[in-house]
Amino acid sequence: MYDPTVARLTYRALLGRRRALILGALPLLLLVIAVAVRALAGADDQTSADVLGGFALATMVPIIGVIAGTGAIGPEIDDGSVVYLLSKPIKRPTIIFTKLIVAIAVTMVFSAVPTLLAGLILNGNGQQVAVAYTIAALVASIAYAALFLLLGTVSRHAVVFGLVYALVWEALFGSLVPGARTLSVQQWSLAVAQKVADGNLVTSDVGLPTATVLLAAVTVLATWYAGQKLRSLTLAGEE
Amino acid sequence: MATEQPVATAAGDQTRIHNIGYRNYDGPRLGRAYARRSLYSQSLRGAYGLGRSAKSKILPMLLFVVMCLPAAIMVAVAVATKANDLPLDYTRYAIVLQAVISLYVASQAPQSVSRDLRFKTVPLYFSRPIETADYVRAKYASLASALFILTAAPLLVLYVGALLAELDFADQTKGFAQGLVSVALLSLLFAGLGLVVASVTPRRGFGIAAVIAVLTITYGAVSTLQAIADVQGSTGAVAWIGLFSPITLIDGVQSAFLGATSAFPGGVGPSNTEGAVYVLVTLGLIAGAYGLLMRRYKKVGL
Repeated sequence: MYDPTVARLTYRALLGRRRALILGALPLLLLVIAVAVRALAGADDQTSADVLGGFALATMVPIIGVIAGTGAIGPEIDDGSVVYLLSKPIKRPTIIFTKLIVAIAVTMVFSAVPTLLAGLILNGNGQQVAVAYTIAALVASIAYAALFLLLGTVSRHAVVFGLVYALVWEALFGSLVPGARTLSVQQWSLAVAQKVADGNLVTSDVGLPTATVLLAAVTVLATWYAGQKLRSLTLAGEE
Repeated sequence: MATEQPVATAAGDQTRIHNIGYRNYDGPRLGRAYARRSLYSQSLRGAYGLGRSAKSKILPMLLFVVMCLPAAIMVAVAVATKANDLPLDYTRYAIVLQAVISLYVASQAPQSVSRDLRFKTVPLYFSRPIETADYVRAKYASLASALFILTAAPLLVLYVGALLAELDFADQTKGFAQGLVSVALLSLLFAGLGLVVASVTPRRGFGIAAVIAVLTITYGAVSTLQAIADVQGSTGAVAWIGLFSPITLIDGVQSAFLGATSAFPGGVGPSNTEGAVYVLVTLGLIAGAYGLLMRRYKKVGL
């Protein structure tokens, strides 16, 4: 189910040349903010929960997920070079699974690790806030990577749709319509984080069992359907 | 084959150029200004998907509708309830719907320049009588105009609606004019930033993500820091932090000089001196974006 060559090529496509720069810029910004907030406000559990929840989990993780998830397959389909990969005797689901693993790994490294570091800088993991949000970022990485990898195989405008989901659905509708929160990866991962954190700094609108089931279901279904889409992929010209 | 050819003994007798009857072009030469205008209008149409496939019309048109819909609803509400004022200021409208504007820039800036880079068509443009400056100006102006249409159309809806609802004419006209100045600045700034980022990468998908990162992530970071600074009581810092993201920059300019209420935490916009710095930074960014684009296209494919 895992093909090292496909994995190597995907890593190169994601991190090669200047692409690693934009992936690295976001975590760096988070760390800068963490240092600035610590200097401005000192160690405060509520503040650090706000920064990690409002900036790291709500903005940074989805965007890195979009870049890594769609970037793992989108450009290849876009420029047509995916046919060389598909013509090799590798099962399509294997290709998807390998690319998913790579996308998850990249998203985790660039989102969860800086979240943990920022949490440690902000309040030295007081009330387990840093660990809780790191776990949320890890869980969210898996779901986002699977979801956006699927988008990459379905649509040519995967990045835009991914961003619309992350920014408009989760951030805008999520804050206006309470029902939208039930269907958001962010809230599901927060439900997992809630279990870890002490006190009530981390809250979610979704119960833990529902969240776990939905997370697993979304990840598995998205990966399976992406495999199906890749089996019947038709290449179209640019617009 | 070469042996069959008789060796040219006396060059000059036998060589000649045959006139095979191609006609020269003797129609009018439309020149540089015409080429630049064409590039501008094509790019502007392209920014709304006109002249492109039906699929690529969906997103810009959808965003345009999403942008105008709240204005229409507000007007309907204001007319129905006979309110004395619109529920939202003209200047505030773009700030509230900034996510839509960012998405529009992110989707259209790369389609304007990235594809030319990717399919290496830039040298073909420069084989026409246009120069680097023409290309950059045409692209910059077209995206800025497209953005201005996107942001000014809802204001027009609000204004016409306000006049139909018989709100105070002088008051509404002043607000409308201030709103137009503010969205014109916003269009120039966003178009510049979007094009600079998009012109660096030939990959469309990557360009979109990078533009969104510049516009949205900086806003997320700045507003988080502002909120914390406000809670900590260091209200002086709030205005200075606002300099670091495009949307708070516009917010600061308009709350200092265009009579807008600030969306900054605490509701306190920058003072006049701080506002002057905001204006300088905004203009500097626009000029800087233009300069960077000129530098970028100095050596593309040539």
